[in-house]
Amino acid sequence: MTEIELLSWARGPGLQIATVIFVAGVVIRILEILLLGRKANLAEAKGTEMTSGLRTIITRTIPDRTTFRRSGITIVAGYVFHIGLFVVCFLSAPHILFLKDIIGFGWPSLPTPVIDAFAVVTIIALLATLVNRLSNKVMRFLTNFEDLLTWTLTFLPVITGYLAFHRIGLSAPALLAVHLLSVELLLVVFPFTKLMHAFTLFLARWYNGAISGYKGVAS
Amino acid sequence: MSATIENGINALKRQVDATVASFFSSCVHCGLCAEACLFYTETGDPRRTPINKTEPLRRIWKSEYTLMGRIGKALGLTKKVDDKFLEEWQELVYDSCTMCGRCSMVCPVGNDIALMIRKTREGMAAAGQAPEGLIGATTRAVTIGSPMGVKWPALRAQIRHVEEDTGLKVPVDVPGVDYMLLLSSMEIMNFPEFIEAVARLFDKAGVSWTISSEAFEATNSGIQIGVSDLAAVLVQRIVDVAEKLGVKTVISPECGHAYTAIRWDGPNLVGKAFSFRVRHILEVLDELRTQGRLKIAGKDARKLTYHDPCQISRRGGVINEPRNLIGMFSDNFVEMPDTGKMNWCCGAGGGVSANERADEIRLKVFERKKAQLDEIRPEAIVSACSNCRIHLEDGLEEYNMDIPLLSLTETLAEHLADN
Amino acid sequence: MKKNPFPENGTTGAATLGEVLRERGVSRRSFMKFCATTASLMALPPAMIPVIARALEQARRPSVIWLSFQECTGCTESLTRAHTTTIESLIFDAISLDYHHTLQAAAGSAAEAAREAAMQENDGKYLLIVDGSIPLDNPGYSTIAGVSNLDMLTECARGAAAIVAVGTCATYGGIPHARPNPTGAVSVQDIINDKPVVNVPGCPPIPVVITGVLAHYLTFGALPELDHIGRPKAFYGQSIHDRCYRRPFYDKGRFAETFDDEGAKKGWCLYKLGCKGPTTYNACATLKWNNGTSFPIESGHPCLGCSEPDFWDGGGFYRSLSMPTENLSRTAVYAAAGAAAAGAVIGAMNHGKKKASNKIHIKTTIEDLNK
Repeated sequence: MTEIELLSWARGPGLQIATVIFVAGVVIRILEILLLGRKANLAEAKGTEMTSGLRTIITRTIPDRTTFRRSGITIVAGYVFHIGLFVVCFLSAPHILFLKDIIGFGWPSLPTPVIDAFAVVTIIALLATLVNRLSNKVMRFLTNFEDLLTWTLTFLPVITGYLAFHRIGLSAPALLAVHLLSVELLLVVFPFTKLMHAFTLFLARWYNGAISGYKGVAS
Repeated sequence: MSATIENGINALKRQVDATVASFFSSCVHCGLCAEACLFYTETGDPRRTPINKTEPLRRIWKSEYTLMGRIGKALGLTKKVDDKFLEEWQELVYDSCTMCGRCSMVCPVGNDIALMIRKTREGMAAAGQAPEGLIGATTRAVTIGSPMGVKWPALRAQIRHVEEDTGLKVPVDVPGVDYMLLLSSMEIMNFPEFIEAVARLFDKAGVSWTISSEAFEATNSGIQIGVSDLAAVLVQRIVDVAEKLGVKTVISPECGHAYTAIRWDGPNLVGKAFSFRVRHILEVLDELRTQGRLKIAGKDARKLTYHDPCQISRRGGVINEPRNLIGMFSDNFVEMPDTGKMNWCCGAGGGVSANERADEIRLKVFERKKAQLDEIRPEAIVSACSNCRIHLEDGLEEYNMDIPLLSLTETLAEHLADN
Repeated sequence: MKKNPFPENGTTGAATLGEVLRERGVSRRSFMKFCATTASLMALPPAMIPVIARALEQARRPSVIWLSFQECTGCTESLTRAHTTTIESLIFDAISLDYHHTLQAAAGSAAEAAREAAMQENDGKYLLIVDGSIPLDNPGYSTIAGVSNLDMLTECARGAAAIVAVGTCATYGGIPHARPNPTGAVSVQDIINDKPVVNVPGCPPIPVVITGVLAHYLTFGALPELDHIGRPKAFYGQSIHDRCYRRPFYDKGRFAETFDDEGAKKGWCLYKLGCKGPTTYNACATLKWNNGTSFPIESGHPCLGCSEPDFWDGGGFYRSLSMPTENLSRTAVYAAAGAAAAGAVIGAMNHGKKKASNKIHIKTTIEDLNK
């Protein structure tokens, strides 16, 4: 198979397979959670669940001061790479073209040098999170194979995307094919791992806020 | 039927719901929960990371309620939940956790880890893995009516003292009143001044209230050991008597988890909404304050601070009321660093103080509270939970700190206008 | 004895290239210019120019047999596009083109006889040029004088010194090979693996690229350095993107969104309009077409990627490289629908399991707390 044929496969059947597994996996996992339901709360409410849940979805984004002081590196590195990933994935021109094709509409992109800078910062932040994970006592205790796998699968698209854009290392179609394949690998593994938190954290935060809000506490 | 691993596993299965599933699905192993838990921060033992304590529940969720987990189970690839494993976890789930809920406040993906630990205890207890001290307390609570073995005659004796000291009548078994007061055994035995304080405050405020001789115990060991069936038995006693007497509101006293047990868990345990309200004594007093029925005079000049009992503040929702009340007798109030819903646990709640095996670690983690106190150097600490109070006194003594512990209700009563 | 520079049907010229050129009135200066151009095109040092000149001077005009299979004749058109005498046309003087459907005077059995005679006389030494793909599904799809393309290719390849596959059809299958490939079209490489094959893809290839390869062969008697899919590195070593004059706009993120918007009028990058320049290797951006007049991008049209395998199935000429080639939104909707059904089943199973657990649960008593 030539490189350009690999690229065509990655842009064609590869993406299809990845889409099927990703979408089906995410839907099944979310339904698996939601359909378990929870018992109705019979206690006299002090606050409303819906609004409290929605509030926590937003406010849980902001760590309290003591937690920040104690876990600053984890929080900062985590935020930097998440923001970086968001910017690179959703605000770069080629990615917007990709998404526009799937969902039907696009939006303005950020200038290329800005995206480039964000990509570099994201790569550095991801490396920082790995070092942190392996050196922080608690994280080292908690870390298992899945944590390292998901880190790798998250890191690869960023680094291969950077190399593909700058045309470093392999021929252009090969670089692009590798980047696409790395994304497809990420998508295929995604629903089976903690990466699901990208979706389920909205549920978890909502439940947290709802449970506390019922009792009149803003969590 | 007695405790078996099968019962334990079944109990865990029953505990999994959408909330649990969403929490376990979202955990990214960030470790922030450890830094919020005093049992980790003061011992440095990573096994005490809150989410790690929930491992028994997680394994059951994974292997029973997820597609991949089921497939893994069929292929024999799941991690076992057996007696050996649960025994290893006993110390983490019971000795190293008060279910204070601070972890639930900091988890970035929103996991209510304390709730999951509470659920994990259901499985532990059903498998016979609850600590001896808690089993004893629960047995006494169910069979005698109080985890400390306090029976009505003991309470009646304390009531007599109060009546003698105050000249007031403490209403007992009076039907149709507004409020029925519950009491924790700890208060009855160690802090009977609380009963006096309530009597005086209610008398001055013109509150119609009573205590029941049939069901006066607020403490709910079922919540602490984590057996909902037994917790329901204890709650039902209160419900029966409240309905029999036809009271409007049941008052939970200065006891932490008692409030959670009756106010928030109660109706769900017995499976029916209450026909009466449930309020914490601080909520009642604050209501009286807003109605102008509390005549308070004189200030306590000392630099005061307030220790938020976890089950009342963070897990209970009674956060502003104590501060409003303190404001009535103090102009020299300073908040603890990390206050209100983010205050640090004293280290003794959730059954830890009933578990003798946990004595050492309980005193060790007091260092977190000590650090808070060292930062603001108060002259007295106000609180509203007798369990916190006893343990804080223990800890202060252990570290040679001479700071008096004040009950908020008692202090309020001391400042009644016409004293 | 002076040989006839215009070979009769069936005979090959034996004169050297030098003799032929002098007879044609090509000046020494023009000839040296051709050699110099060839050297620079092949990225050879100036010292090679006299070497090329000497070699070409004395080169016996090799016999060249040009086989046309499933093709559109565009490659021949490209090669012969000459309003004025160009350096490219010199190549026709350097070779003895003994068989070419479009250019030869003969037809029918006479043409086939000429081919066979040339093959016999120059056995092991002739150059075989192929354009068009070879159908494998049914030989009847493309035959010459009743002989299938497959048979003719294998027969002619046997005695060839080397084979030059000209055009994307011959090199990678081209348009007949595009989905669904109804004729079972394959490339020369797919059939011939025991002779040296050089791929000169493009739809069509740039004329001077074709002649440059032939000139290299004439000079050195060997094929130029090839990349991993058989293309001469001298011409296919750089991507269009890396040599495109509109690259600064790409780098700055300035794209034409439609063919007639402000960006298009300002000559901005055509990436969003489907340009395959970034993944296409060819010499269009430097050598250009029509003697360096222009190339597609300069004319405002995105590069099709025509020198790459399967460029017809690359998602569409007007769909950018960033876009998937298939309809992913439909895929996603179907997957979600299927998953919703599966999820409902799994949800029901979960419910059943929980219900069963609740059912077998007997209220815990204090006796049950102890093992």
